[in-house]
Amino acid sequence: MGTRTAIVGVGQTYHTSKRKDVNGQELINEAVRRALEDADLTLKDIDAIVIGNMDHFEAINCVDCWSVDGSGAFMKPIMKVTTGGSTGGTLGSCAYYHVASGLFDVVMAIGWEKNSESDTQAAISTCADPILERDFFGGAIGPNAAEYAMYMKQYGASEEDAAMVAVRDHNNALNNPYAHLRKHITVEDVMNSPVLCWPIKLLDSCPRSDGACAVIYAAEGRAEKIASRPAWVHASAVSHDYVYFGDYDWEAMPTLEATASRVYKRAGIVNPLKEIDVMELYLPFSTCGVIWMEHMWVCGRGESPRLIREGVFDMDGELPVNPSGGVLSTNPIGATALIRIGEAALQIMNKAGSRQVPNVNTAMATAFGSCYWFEATILRSGKP
Amino acid sequence: MNEKEGSDRELLEITSGEAEHVYYWHCGHYVSKFLLGLRDKKTILGIKCSRCGRVYVPPREVCGRCFATMNEWVDLGTEGTIYAFTVVKLPYIDPNTGKPIKVPRTDIYVKLEGADTCLMHWLDETDEKKISVGAKVRAVFKEHRRGTIHDIECFTQI
Ligand SMILES: [Zn+2]
Repeated sequence: MGTRTAIVGVGQTYHTSKRKDVNGQELINEAVRRALEDADLTLKDIDAIVIGNMDHFEAINCVDCWSVDGSGAFMKPIMKVTTGGSTGGTLGSCAYYHVASGLFDVVMAIGWEKNSESDTQAAISTCADPILERDFFGGAIGPNAAEYAMYMKQYGASEEDAAMVAVRDHNNALNNPYAHLRKHITVEDVMNSPVLCWPIKLLDSCPRSDGACAVIYAAEGRAEKIASRPAWVHASAVSHDYVYFGDYDWEAMPTLEATASRVYKRAGIVNPLKEIDVMELYLPFSTCGVIWMEHMWVCGRGESPRLIREGVFDMDGELPVNPSGGVLSTNPIGATALIRIGEAALQIMNKAGSRQVPNVNTAMATAFGSCYWFEATILRSGKP
Repeated sequence: MNEKEGSDRELLEITSGEAEHVYYWHCGHYVSKFLLGLRDKKTILGIKCSRCGRVYVPPREVCGRCFATMNEWVDLGTEGTIYAFTVVKLPYIDPNTGKPIKVPRTDIYVKLEGADTCLMHWLDETDEKKISVGAKVRAVFKEHRRGTIHDIECFTQI
């Protein structure tokens, strides 16, 4: 299992649609300074850095090099990782691997994006095979919309079921000062919002944001000295199976099922609904918040709409999902999944402010990449 | 307000310009043969893994599950069912042309008879109420074909 590792600090920018007041490097610096401040560390304490985004949004490669002043990587080991939407999850895994290997004691992960600098759907479409699939891809929304069209047919679910997820996440964001969209909405608002890719509507969909997030990981021995209540990493897993989008089996969701099974097994979780206190899930569309709960073994097939209606995943429910407002309220893509890990860590550390769920000892964060790649992390207040 | 104060408040944005940056994607033996099948014979070819028996379309060299090289070509015919679909209404920028896509447009995932994976393409119907998951469809070929996926004009419900 390697060196026991915990998250000891989290920093993020106030996310918004367009940050013309800073360039990429300066945006990164805001998150880095906040994470250092949160952990009460200085840059001297950081042994290595991992950083990531999706290059094609800004059309500048090599962020590991050009952001050195802002990231604090001057003369330090720094690596870039990028896996599409799941970049932030991969950043977390990568920082965890660095520390768990025993080679580094304190490592910072940085995710960031300036989505406002280009057309998001055009940039995302470049992840689809250009010869055979790109023209039929429908931007980031297309595959998830098709997935829900299929689910509705199979289980008799409705567009309103998805709208309820949108209402939950959007309204949770009212408690999160960092969230990009903070507006109270109703199911009616969602249903009346313009259709982007049927059946997904504007308010079912994530925004595009400018923002950055930094999360600091530390080894046992250092972690307890840095944080009074560190968030210990109990499991981290990733699965990819994509070649073509047409290959994916949406009835079985093999990558999500495999990822969830692996982290539950590693963390000794048998019943996620009962044993996990809070989830920060990478749900880019409200529809995913219906279907994916089932493939994460939270409930049986076709049961998710009922649990959503009963409020099981609300702030005061049995398993609160996305107290931060989730991806539907904030989406600086390269940072988005790292924000999930950071928010899950804040819940364990009891530092989530007005979005804090009481008595959190086990938290789960997930990441979703454009080609149905999934990553997951289980954090706990106790050591593994 | 003097000139200096005014310019201090301005936040600039520089555009990348109108540069055209063309890519040349290599198809390899497998995808070339698939596209030539569309162009020359109006057939849709798949490929079968001799180890696990899965039939893939589009064809490719390696079965990822078995890590086995595939050589068994299969003619999948031109009919199948709609596995999933979406009607795209957002005119986002096509990264290959730099222009907004034409909407509404229906993207479908077609499960061709005898295939285990889906082919992505367009359907000639954009009213979601008239489309259903599981509906039978047939490929409509263009008269003038050039060896691209668009040698199939679209699919149509039958
Ligand atoms: Zn095989």
